[in-house]
Amino acid sequence: MKRTLVVALFIAALILLWQAATTSGRWSPVLLPPPRAVALYLWDALRDGTLVEAAGVTLRRLLLGYAIGIAIGLPLGLATSTSEYMQDTVGALALGLQTLPSVCWIPLALLWFGQTETAMLFVVVMGTLWSVLLATDTGARNIPPIYARAARTMGSEGFDKWTRVILPASLPFVVSGMKQGWAFAWRSLMAAEIFVTILTGFGLGHLLQYGRELSAMDQVIGVMVVIVVIGLIADKMLFSPCERFLHRRWGTGLK
Amino acid sequence: MSADPEPKFAPAAKLVVEGVSKRFQTPRADVQVLDKIDLRIEEGEIVCLVGPSGCGKTTLLDIMAGLTKPDQGRVLADDQLVEGPGRHRLVMFQESALFPWLDVFGNVMFGLKRKPGLSNGERREIADYHLRLVGLEKFKHAYVHELSGGMKQRIALARSLAPDPRVLLMDEPFAALDAITREQLYQDLQDIWQTRRKTMVFVTHDVREAACLGDRVFLLSPSPGRLREEFKISLPRPRDASSPELAAFVQRITHALKARLVTSEETAA
Repeated sequence: MKRTLVVALFIAALILLWQAATTSGRWSPVLLPPPRAVALYLWDALRDGTLVEAAGVTLRRLLLGYAIGIAIGLPLGLATSTSEYMQDTVGALALGLQTLPSVCWIPLALLWFGQTETAMLFVVVMGTLWSVLLATDTGARNIPPIYARAARTMGSEGFDKWTRVILPASLPFVVSGMKQGWAFAWRSLMAAEIFVTILTGFGLGHLLQYGRELSAMDQVIGVMVVIVVIGLIADKMLFSPCERFLHRRWGTGLK
Repeated sequence: MSADPEPKFAPAAKLVVEGVSKRFQTPRADVQVLDKIDLRIEEGEIVCLVGPSGCGKTTLLDIMAGLTKPDQGRVLADDQLVEGPGRHRLVMFQESALFPWLDVFGNVMFGLKRKPGLSNGERREIADYHLRLVGLEKFKHAYVHELSGGMKQRIALARSLAPDPRVLLMDEPFAALDAITREQLYQDLQDIWQTRRKTMVFVTHDVREAACLGDRVFLLSPSPGRLREEFKISLPRPRDASSPELAAFVQRITHALKARLVTSEETAA
């Protein structure tokens, strides 16, 4: 309760500061609209559905691409952690491609797939895949060997050993990799949406870009606020429960 | 609540080690860890392997478990060649090796779930039975990190016993525990052996522990690892680790161990 109050006070203070900056008159209201204008934009955009629709389009792309990235990255990460050949080939490739900012995939995606949903999806998958792969690989390499030995004596071999022992044992690494993958995916998708107009759906990035083209600063800031809020909610909903689970089970990070 | 299920326990196995040798070669070292080890362990017998660290006793245990392949020789469990790990020979490790992502009950269930021919209800009953056996039924839903070192090893014991293996291989399971907890576990283990009569191979560097638990105690000497001497501990169970009768055995074994250490250092020099 007290913590919620502190958060509310903090946000109120930020808005007050913003309001003070706009009323000081030092900056043009075109460049720095007052909080009220942004709130009005958000209210209107919520009511006429553009914001909800854009957020829906963006989240659908993001979640689908993210899921595909994890579905490929997890097993590949487990594979690179066991096989030297996989490590030298796929592992090295992942290491190299992870250093490539995921925005750099956009030109290639456009040439390959054109201005389509597939291009968007591709960029998100590339943003997610390598972080998840590398984190899983690190996780599987760092588990105490005694877990695998104990599992083998109890009759856990092959697929069962991978899914019931190696994967859960590397969860602390996997979750942080998934978190990083989420951040990368989110960034690359925003970049892609700002760059490219796709007629099958206007996402938040498009709204942001149109705001710029119309010099509608209230829209630009409004959409940015929405993007930040979605990011926060995703973190609280997807990752906080996972992290709480890990802390509880592993006994880490407890006071 | 019905009474404890009285499962039909599998008979203990005999274990035969024939001419087992093992060499570890790394760029920095080339060690003959085990050199032509021969060992016969009878059904329901407790055999302790004692030696200084590095004498290959853990490697020998791993080979019996099927976790490591010997360079030469073979291991037979009930006249069958050991080619890999199997649930008839369960291992208890020095660290508990309990899985942190499962709670206590989940850990005890792990081996049971992989044992065919049981219904899930039966598995749960067996797991409960073994938690009661080690006196930790109240901690069924606790997480691993919430347990003390002694409790962890009790759970590890329950986890190893639950799938009803024929052989229990124990790799210094009590080494990291304090003296009082350890004495308690000696009693627990003897009680369990009285009812279950498992064949047990117990690796330790603690001579008193070996004498307290073993029917026979073997002395291993390092590089190359060889079985040097055999001691029969002809005391009735349950044994008290601090009894004077036991102390006499401890003294004899310790004496032999020291003598071996001196000679092996001389040959090495």
